[in-house]
Amino acid sequence: MTAYTATVTVRLKQGVLDPEAETTQRALERLGFELEDLRAADQFEIDIAAATADEARERVVEMTERLLANPTIHDYEVDLTEQ
Amino acid sequence: MTVAVIQFGGSNCDRDTVQALAALDIDAQLVWHEDGLPAETAGIVLPGGFSYGDYLRAGAMAAQSPIMDEVRDAADDGLPVLGICNGAQIGCESKLTPGAFTINESARFQCEHVNLRVENAETPWTSHYEEGDVVSFPIAHGEGRFEIADDKLEALEAENRVLFRYCDSEGNVTDEANPNGSKNNIAGITGESNHIAVMMPHPERVSLPDLGATDGQGVLKGFQ
Repeated sequence: MTAYTATVTVRLKQGVLDPEAETTQRALERLGFELEDLRAADQFEIDIAAATADEARERVVEMTERLLANPTIHDYEVDLTEQ
Repeated sequence: MTVAVIQFGGSNCDRDTVQALAALDIDAQLVWHEDGLPAETAGIVLPGGFSYGDYLRAGAMAAQSPIMDEVRDAADDGLPVLGICNGAQIGCESKLTPGAFTINESARFQCEHVNLRVENAETPWTSHYEEGDVVSFPIAHGEGRFEIADDKLEALEAENRVLFRYCDSEGNVTDEANPNGSKNNIAGITGESNHIAVMMPHPERVSLPDLGATDGQGVLKGFQ
């Protein structure tokens, strides 16, 4: 078994309104910062032991699709590193 | 025969719902999610509240609760299922109904009365109204904006599965009357069958005559 850390990033699909990101952008602009756009995302770090990287990724993808992301509004990516 | 009003940790409209059903002579009881559905269950309410503290996304945790497998089976068997507010979020998260209820366009929690136009009066939840009727229900949510992919939205509307839309007092469906930025002002929809429904506004809060308004009774009569 090998120990991996999977970093799962869950973000809203393009075109889905993100009121929290818009509010955060407005707050930065009120502080005097200049920016073009701001996007927010949730990130989860999952430590997992698996025989192979493929198996680890497969399990993390299942976790993401079952719970961490809602496919109606989210896209996600999984980044796997060996510990 | 009883309507099971399912309590999750953080549900808080469960007792109101039982009381509102009882006032219509509909037998209802509180059911703790870990206890499973009673054998005599004849209908199910997923009540409002903040199950599991709205962690991750509103309704996401409760949707994974084992009792939801029983709810899905009961729905498949034809039992009426109604999700209100947090229950609507749970309904979408558990795929009883399509789409998702997510953060309000305002990014704020909103607690106010809204007008709703009855879109389809031929469901158990709306048969006591006429199509085009305007009713007034309260909303109380931070994550009530209905989102759905465009092609699925088109299908939902083509199949006449929208129960209510946010509107002004004249029944006009306008951007100004949309409290949370929901796609096409949608406030409530049905699942693949009419006996499954979810809605963000609270019918149980406008059902007791002592509280001065009874617009919501028609929805709850879906359990009669």
